Parts: sequence; C-alpha cells; structure tokens
Amino acid sequence: MKHRSFFWFVLPSALAMLLFIFFPIISVIVQSFHVEHEQVIKTVETCDLFGCKESTTIDQEATAALKEAKPLGQFAGFKTYLDRNHLATSEVSATWNRTNSWRDFGAQMLNLPFYKAIGFTLTFTFVVTPLVIILGFVIAVAVNSAAKRLRGVLIFFSLLPMMITPLVGALILFWMVDARGIIGTTLQYLAGDPDLSVKASTPLMWIMLMVYGVWHAAPFAFIVYYAGLQTVSQDTLEAARVDGANRWLQIRHVIIPHLLPLTTFIALMQLMDNFRVFEPIVSFAANAHATSLSWAIYNDLGGETRQLSSAAATSVLTILGVAILLSPVLVRTWREFDRK
Amino acid sequence: MFLKHAALASALALMAGTAMADCQISGNVSIVGNEFPAIHTVANGAAQCAGGEVKSNLTADHQKINVAGMQGNPAEYSTAIIANSSVVALMNEDVIRPLDDLVAEYGQDIPKNQLITIGGKVMAVAFMANAQTLAYRKDVLEEIGVDVPKTYEDVLAAAEKIRAAGISQYPVGGAYAAGWNLAEEFVNMYVGHGGEFFKPGSAEVAINNEQGVAALEMMKALTAYMNPDFLTHDSNATGAEMEAGNVMLMNMWGSRMGNLMDEEGAEEQVYSNITVGAPLTVGGGSTPASTLWWDGWTVAKNISDEDAVATFLAMKHGTSPAILNDETMSQAVWMIEGYTPAPVNDGVFAAIEMGTQSYPMLPYQGLLHTALGDNLADFLLGKESAEQALADAEAAYTAAAKEKGFLQ
Repeated sequence: MKHRSFFWFVLPSALAMLLFIFFPIISVIVQSFHVEHEQVIKTVETCDLFGCKESTTIDQEATAALKEAKPLGQFAGFKTYLDRNHLATSEVSATWNRTNSWRDFGAQMLNLPFYKAIGFTLTFTFVVTPLVIILGFVIAVAVNSAAKRLRGVLIFFSLLPMMITPLVGALILFWMVDARGIIGTTLQYLAGDPDLSVKASTPLMWIMLMVYGVWHAAPFAFIVYYAGLQTVSQDTLEAARVDGANRWLQIRHVIIPHLLPLTTFIALMQLMDNFRVFEPIVSFAANAHATSLSWAIYNDLGGETRQLSSAAATSVLTILGVAILLSPVLVRTWREFDRK
Repeated sequence: MFLKHAALASALALMAGTAMADCQISGNVSIVGNEFPAIHTVANGAAQCAGGEVKSNLTADHQKINVAGMQGNPAEYSTAIIANSSVVALMNEDVIRPLDDLVAEYGQDIPKNQLITIGGKVMAVAFMANAQTLAYRKDVLEEIGVDVPKTYEDVLAAAEKIRAAGISQYPVGGAYAAGWNLAEEFVNMYVGHGGEFFKPGSAEVAINNEQGVAALEMMKALTAYMNPDFLTHDSNATGAEMEAGNVMLMNMWGSRMGNLMDEEGAEEQVYSNITVGAPLTVGGGSTPASTLWWDGWTVAKNISDEDAVATFLAMKHGTSPAILNDETMSQAVWMIEGYTPAPVNDGVFAAIEMGTQSYPMLPYQGLLHTALGDNLADFLLGKESAEQALADAEAAYTAAAKEKGFLQ
C-alpha cells in the first residue's frame, strides 16, 4: 500500500485513539503529578439538629487565592507514587531492614495497600490465564467432535457465562457459595466441618474469585479456538491418521501447532483483562480478603472525599503493569512480523 | 389513640391540599439525592410547586455525581440532598451557597433547629434524623430471662446465654462489611469509648490509643457471636439475617427498622417480636456508641439568584408539614412540625435524648472513614494486632490527607 493511502486509511482511527485514549492518559499522568492545594483550615462552631460543637472547616476565601494561582494544585512530582498508599518506598526499605526472613518480609509487604493489591492481581492473572486457555481449548475440542446437530446447542450453553453481566454472574456464585447456599452447604458436607464458610476465609475467597474468573472467561477462549479448529487442514489430519497417529498425537502435533497464533492472541487479551480484575471483588464483597489495582482506583473515587491524585497514580501504575506484562508477547509478535 | 392519629393525618392531608396552591416559584429547580422513600416524598413535594420546572435525579450513586454536577457554571443541579457526612464534600469544593439571605427573606418560618450552621453561616436545612440503635427479639430475651441490653457488655452476656440455650449459634448481627460499614461501626464504638479522632483543630489523626484498641477489642468480641461471613454483611444482609430468625440482637439504622418490623420477609413469630431499643453504651461510658445523622438540602452556588430563590422555596415546600400524610409519616424520623412518631422510631428519639454525638462534619473525616474501612478487617480476621490495624489506618489516612492538601 502506498504511504499516502495508508495515511488516509488510518487517520480516522488514529484521531479517535488520540482523542479517546492518548489525551485522557496524558491528563491522568498530569493529575498524578499534582496534589491538592494546601487547605487552610479554620476552627468554627457547627450547629445541627442535635446541638452545637467546635469543629473545623476549609477557609474558602483563603484557599480561593491559592486555587486561582495554580488551578492544577501543587506540583508534587513522584511524591504520590512513592507514598505509603502506592509504592511505599520508605516503608518498604524500613521493612527490609527490620525483617530477617523472606517470609516475614513478604507478610509485612502484604500489609501495604499497593502490594496487597498487586499480590492478588498477579496471582489472579497467572492462575486464571493458563486455566482459561486450557479449559477453552478442551471445550472447543469436545464441542468440535460432538455430533453436528448438537453443536449449536452446545455452543450456546458454553457461551452463557460470557453473556451474563460480570457483576450479576459473580453475584449468582456469591449466593451459591454462601454457608446456606447449594455450593457452600456441599463444601461443608464434603469437608465435614459445619462451620466452614468460603466468605470468611481468605484462601477460599481467593480460590472462589479465581474459579469465577475461569468460569467467566473460558467461553472467550473456547469460541476463538472453536473458530480456529474449523480451519485445521483435514488433509494433514488424515495424513497423520494414515501414519498411525492416535487422537492425542493428532492434537499434539497437528492441532496445537496450528492454533498457536490464536493462543498468543488469547493470552494477550486475558493477561490484560485479568490484570484489571474488578467486578468479582465488588460482587463477592471480597475486599477484606482480596483487593486489586482496579479496586483500589474505585475505592479512591468512591469515598466521600474523592482522591483523584491517588487514583491517577494507581491508574498510571496499572498501565505500566499491563505494559510490562504484555512486553514478552509483544516482543515475540514483533519478531515474527520482522521475520516475514 | 388511633383515632387521634387518623384525625391528625387527615388534617395534615387537607393542609397538603391547600399548600399545593401556595407554592409559586419563578425559576427552575433540579434535585440530586439518594434513592429511598423519604427522599422521593421530598422530591415529590418540591415538584408540586408551580411556575417553574422541577426535575429530580434520585440515585444511590448520588455522591458520585453531585459534586461534578454542581461544579459547572451554571450548575446542573440546583440542590443536593445530603447527610452530615456528605455535606462536607460539597463544602470542600465550595459548590453550595450560604442560605442566610434566603432564610431571612423567605424562610423565617423554618424552625431554627433545622438550620445547619457552620461558622455562623446556614449551609443546609435538615428534615430528617437517623441513628443506629439496638434491635432485639423480645421473645428470645424473655425466654433466656435477660433484660433488654443497655450496654455492649450486656449484649455479649445475652449472646452467650442465647448460644448456650441452643436458640441460635450466631445471635448477634451488625453491618460489618469491610469498607464504609465497618468504618461506621468503628466510629460508633470509638465515640462510645469517648475517643476523639483528631488532635483538636487540626487534621492530624489520633486514633491509635487506648480507646481505639478498646473499641476494636469490643468489635472482635462481638464478631465471635456473628455469622462468620460478617465481613461481607452490609445493613441489608444483616437485616435479612434477623428476618430469617438467626440474629436476635443487633445495632441497626433507625431508617431500616420499619422493614424489619413489617410483615414482609419474615415469619409472624419473628417480625412481631422484633423491638427497637435505645442505642447501646460501652466500656462504662455514658455517651452511646452510636452517631446521629441528619438528611438535609442545600442550594448550589453556581446558579442564578432567581433559580436559587425558586430552589429554596421548592425545597422548603418539599420539607414542609404539607408532605406528611398516612403514607409518608412512617418513612423517616421527620424533623418537621406535625410529625407523630411510631414505635419504630423509638430508637432514634432515645438516641437524641441520650446525647448521642452527631457524625463529625470535618473536611477530612471522609478520608479517615475510607482508611478505617480498608484497614480494620485484618484485625478482625486475626491477621494482626489492634495497634497494628490502627497504625495502618492512621498511615493510610495521613498519606491521603497529604494528597488532598490537609496535611503538608
């Protein structure tokens, strides 16, 4: 394609990306480098229905001049990034000096909000992504080998978890694992412990969130693999059969290599999606046991006082996290492209 | 007694009929507020005003949109219905106007105690009150032969007896869901122990002290008698536990008692025996371990004076005795003349009589509330000490307060 026509082809989407992706990210980055003005506090008497008492309020007149001079707030540089609610550099080094074992150090780190969130986020990402790929592949192969007239129905039911709104899907599971729900009661029976409660135990809550993650995302991997399976060359498969390959060998040596590019694609999408894990934590009310970076952003913005700078810093750190996570896959894709 | 109520109600209904014609406005009104029956009643009352457009956006997410919706010029919302915790967010951003002029000109008949004044300026007009108080099962307490608990220590003793009698394994309820609810329970318990959240006149937090530890220890002692899932139970869930007949004693919002005592969602044995008590004290203190809340309305700063007058008049009408009738009377503890309380409201009145403190209206209280909600669960889960949990909450608050410019 000529450079000129290429330019006109990509211009609309490039403009849209600039407007809806690039500029917002720039604004978030700028926000993350600023904190609010010094708030001038004055002591006042506050009276409500129930009486008067001494209280404080922001002196708006005194603060107005500060706001006027610098509408963005005080420039803070990386201060927000490094404070306790984010990378917590000084707390981390203090912990490093104070603790003697890795185990102790790890436990102390998980007490810091950012590391607690990243701990769960990474565990979730690296457990759920491979399981989604494997399960999606197994379902795709199974559906593909089912009788033709059954396939439509099977595909429909296999896709159901993806069609359900994440918040609702997670809520359904939340009620099922309740101590008096069907799964919760079954678990109590199997474990022989009438007091067993998934919602009260951190490890069980983590497992439940990951089970939900796999349940919700496996249909995506399934449908991509299923589409891929339709393009497997029947001639190659037949040749393999003639050579005496059994079903497993056919899958191992013909189908898996054929679907490898799709696996890269699914892994890419899933790494990104799982790194942003959010809905199940809200639906499961799991924040006492597990938090994620996205949940931290939501929590900053959902309080009675919105913490925009804090949310902006966490957002930038999330973007960096996604970039680091995807870099091996992207480098690989680039090399393949280069080879061609 | 019933006849008297009925007569009063019909008299009020008649008043409502005449008042409808009374409210004339010349400007537009746009309301943003929370979504529950009492707020609907207020918005509907305001909408009766003729002469200008009155629209409302009532949603549970009102706090996420009210600041942004009032920052523009002109503001999208001419009034926000808020509570004592959330008025602070509007004042911090300087988006609501002092009402002194409007009160002087159009609001002389608003009872003085309804005016919320901060530093001598009227910033909001309150119309209803709320507080968390005891809800208990009368029949169960009779069965185990225990008086109605007055303190949290009594609650623990009663809970032990109920469990020992085999009536319920987890007889205590509480909205202990990690986040806002858990922080609110700590605020209650800490206030009950006589604690102060900040060093006087400053934004420096001071909760890692004897009272803080005692408050957490009491909360942990209570959780031993709660459903093990307590960290996921908000007021809805713990209310459902009581209606299901599992919970016999709990600290619950006055505004939700009506749901517990009505015929829906519970067996006759349960709902007919649920009774509202006074707020509890703790640790030998006399101040209840609870906080008082009010709901009120404000007027936006960035609107024309004409619309401000219209908004003031419409909201005044929406919170006037005209809105009280048979149906609306039980929706809230109205701070409106002509309101007749029902037994369901005994708790909130007892809370007011006992000198319960109101939830602090400090510019940085919301930041502390968020920090508490994020950090106290680790202690209740047994992962760390009370001192560590409080130190974590303090550190998280301090970092957030620096980002917001309250601390340097």
